[in-house]
Amino acid sequence: MSARDEVLARVRRAKGPDQPPPVPRDYRAAGTREVDLALFAERLRDYRARVRVVPADRVAETVAEALRERGARTVVAAPGTPPEWAPAAIRTPVGVADLERADAVVTGCRVAIAETGTIVLDHDAPDQGPRALTLVPDYHLVVVREEQVVAGVPDAVARLAGVRTQTWVSGPSATSDIELERVEGVHGPRTLEVVIASHMMGGTDRNDDSR
Amino acid sequence: MRVALFVTCLVDGLFPDVGKATVRLLERLGHEVVVPAGQTCCGQMHVNTGYPRQALPIIRNHVKAFEDAEVVVTPSGSCAGSIRHQHADVARGQGERVLAEAAEETAKRTYELSEFLADVLGLTDVGAYFPHRVTHHPTCHSLRVLKVGDRPLRLLRAVEGIDLVELPAAETCCGFGGTFAVKNADTSTAMLADKMSNVIGTGAGVLTAGDASCLMHIGSGLSRLRSGVRPLHLAQVLENTR
Amino acid sequence: MTFLGMPAGRGNLTGAPFPEAARTALKDAQLRRNLAKATTTIRAKRAGVVAELPDWAELRAAGAAIKDQVLADLDEHLVRFEEALTARGTTVHWARDADEANRVVTDLVLATGTEEVIKVKSMATAEIGLNEALAAVGVHAVETDLAELIVQLGNDRSSHILVPAIHRGRAEIREIFRRHMPGVDPDLTADPRALAEAARKHLRHKFLTVDVAVSGANFGIADTGSLVVVESEGNGRMCLTLPRTLISVVGIEKLLPSWRDLEVFLQLLPRSSTGERMNPYTSVWTGPTEGQTSHVVLVDNGRTATLADPDGRAALRCIRCSACLNSCPVYERTGGHAYGSTYPGPIGAVLSPQLTGVVENPTLPFASSLCGVCYDVCPVAIDIPSMLVHLRGRVTEAKRTTPESTAMRALAWVMSDARRWRRFTRLGKFGRTASRHVPLPGWSVARDVPRPPEETFRDWWEAR
Repeated sequence: MSARDEVLARVRRAKGPDQPPPVPRDYRAAGTREVDLALFAERLRDYRARVRVVPADRVAETVAEALRERGARTVVAAPGTPPEWAPAAIRTPVGVADLERADAVVTGCRVAIAETGTIVLDHDAPDQGPRALTLVPDYHLVVVREEQVVAGVPDAVARLAGVRTQTWVSGPSATSDIELERVEGVHGPRTLEVVIASHMMGGTDRNDDSR
Repeated sequence: MRVALFVTCLVDGLFPDVGKATVRLLERLGHEVVVPAGQTCCGQMHVNTGYPRQALPIIRNHVKAFEDAEVVVTPSGSCAGSIRHQHADVARGQGERVLAEAAEETAKRTYELSEFLADVLGLTDVGAYFPHRVTHHPTCHSLRVLKVGDRPLRLLRAVEGIDLVELPAAETCCGFGGTFAVKNADTSTAMLADKMSNVIGTGAGVLTAGDASCLMHIGSGLSRLRSGVRPLHLAQVLENTR
Repeated sequence: MTFLGMPAGRGNLTGAPFPEAARTALKDAQLRRNLAKATTTIRAKRAGVVAELPDWAELRAAGAAIKDQVLADLDEHLVRFEEALTARGTTVHWARDADEANRVVTDLVLATGTEEVIKVKSMATAEIGLNEALAAVGVHAVETDLAELIVQLGNDRSSHILVPAIHRGRAEIREIFRRHMPGVDPDLTADPRALAEAARKHLRHKFLTVDVAVSGANFGIADTGSLVVVESEGNGRMCLTLPRTLISVVGIEKLLPSWRDLEVFLQLLPRSSTGERMNPYTSVWTGPTEGQTSHVVLVDNGRTATLADPDGRAALRCIRCSACLNSCPVYERTGGHAYGSTYPGPIGAVLSPQLTGVVENPTLPFASSLCGVCYDVCPVAIDIPSMLVHLRGRVTEAKRTTPESTAMRALAWVMSDARRWRRFTRLGKFGRTASRHVPLPGWSVARDVPRPPEETFRDWWEAR
């Protein structure tokens, strides 16, 4: 008998005859809570991410300002990001060696979670790019549009159904492996900077959803 | 109320003063105490050491001894816990359905002392007077099996003259665990050492708890250290009056 | 009783008897300080972020129920998972036990021609002893998680599910790095930031050059074939992303029926393990990505034996968060090595004996005072204390007559009848007999033995 058939046969012999009761889903489900943008910013800052909340029409200048403050010279951006975000950035596919030399990477995101300060990247989306793009450079600047922010984890999971390759990012790379003391920056980007494009601040959102 | 006392094997054989205090307290509060003659032990040690089959006749004996009782009170969180959470399971595990159902009935009428005082009698102040510095160890099974919460502390706070001091890391196990203290003596001793240093650090002259077993454990360690801290069951504190 | 002849697991699941191993650990004052500091910190963090969620109890109930659903129809979920993986272009392999899993992985690795693989921290590969198996065929497995790296460089063993080097303090880690990390700055300080930076530099080249990676998975989604890895440092992302071949070793119990179920587990897991609202990075991939070749090895290794025990199978709900370790007063004092298994702490005390069969691990079910903290903090509500008690019963059943079993039988005979009990206590025998016949050497090392009273309670009562 093949290993497959034997393991499956064992499972059939081992599992109980009874059907367990249905799953009680009495927790706060998707769509039951209001989004709190201020909470999102606060949770990001808890991770010591840099956060700027600006009107949607000021995203481009804020990205430029952030990159200038960072002193980033070689900037790569996901190919599908709006050209006005970092106009000088490289938007053609780059290899890992080139990414190593990049000072910064700029992307959009698919969805963000206010309660946990999480940003989720969809790596099949042109404005978020392949996985290595946001992993190798030491500084990641991500633009989050207000309508991409959801209240809690269930809201995000609902929006992400069918998205093949995802990275959930909550603050910069960190470890607690030495005496359980949190240290930021191990292998992933050591600095996460978030520009939140808000409608409430008087701007209008001119960017269509890239998907 | 007519209260059937399950005194527990440990109190009956080794710590009779805890049983006496429980009787005196309940009688002072105006209740009739009976001690069903057939009682022995809840069987917890057998169950927890891996002898459920040997525990079965002990459980059967317990259920029979208390089958007619209107309400059962016991001065032990872990014995009440065993009665409520183990008896029926052990019986059912050995195909004893009738006994399991009877055990469930008995369990429903069984209360640990602080539960009985707080929930059945609705009391906080039992009229006690105890002018000493006291610290309280909440005991694992009272806390996490019975979920008695702060009932013992509420009762203690209402005692006149008491100087109740908080025990650091109170909810951490003292390391007794029945036969654990013998089978894993070194680990148990390490846990006991931390518990004792917390007790001694409070400066209390009396350590109280709702379980004679934990008190036996911590008390035996405190005695070995000649620490001068007296272990007293909650009932022994509450029985005192001016 | 053996469960329907279900074969036991093998691998890094057994060690010296717990009481002996614990005795050694308890003498190590440095270890005690490291553990107390680390577990106290993490307990407070966990309690804080769990208290933030008003629906924690509901999430916990859902988490337990979802896992029970998986286990009830595990064969169907596995078949669906395999179909989804295959449809997306991942090759699926099956392994009956550790040896077979190691064979599958080493064959795949050797076929690539590499001499080195990079690894994402994985309990399953630690359990089966994959690094040793790879070394035996000349392949060096590089652990890339910081704590796993500390353990590997120090030629040490993991002592915790989440933080394998929890038993090491910063000064010890500096020494390990100075001695064993090639090219490390000799003036390296013991500052955790400096130590993390040294690891970053050491591993960077590996990430960019090694072409084969081995991972585990925290979850496999049966209906989509997605795999999920939850991590903090980004080493996982590096391994999952950069090498051209990715081999993921996954225990058969790691499945969730549907994508939606992640909404529960991505709340339960981070808060229970690192005490964060969310871990820094979670990677999800569905089929090979960006030109990779991807393999999944589904491993039994004693899991079906565990599944066959109705009173023990809930241990397979475990999502390896470590909350029970961090909260356990026994673990806090002995550390993880005393458990002798890849899975230490309370969950290890129930999982290891089930994976190997209790005869191979007869002391672990007794390595607990049954204080119940582990059950309280478990995000999938595994009733570890009850399971320990159940396994103790299986251990005593498996053994033949021992002095203990004889004493317990005699005591049960006395305790099942009030007259016998009475005679026993009235003669003042209770204390004396107990101290004579029940082995109490450990007790009296640090504790006085209580003196039997002049009069039992019953005699007082009747004389009143």
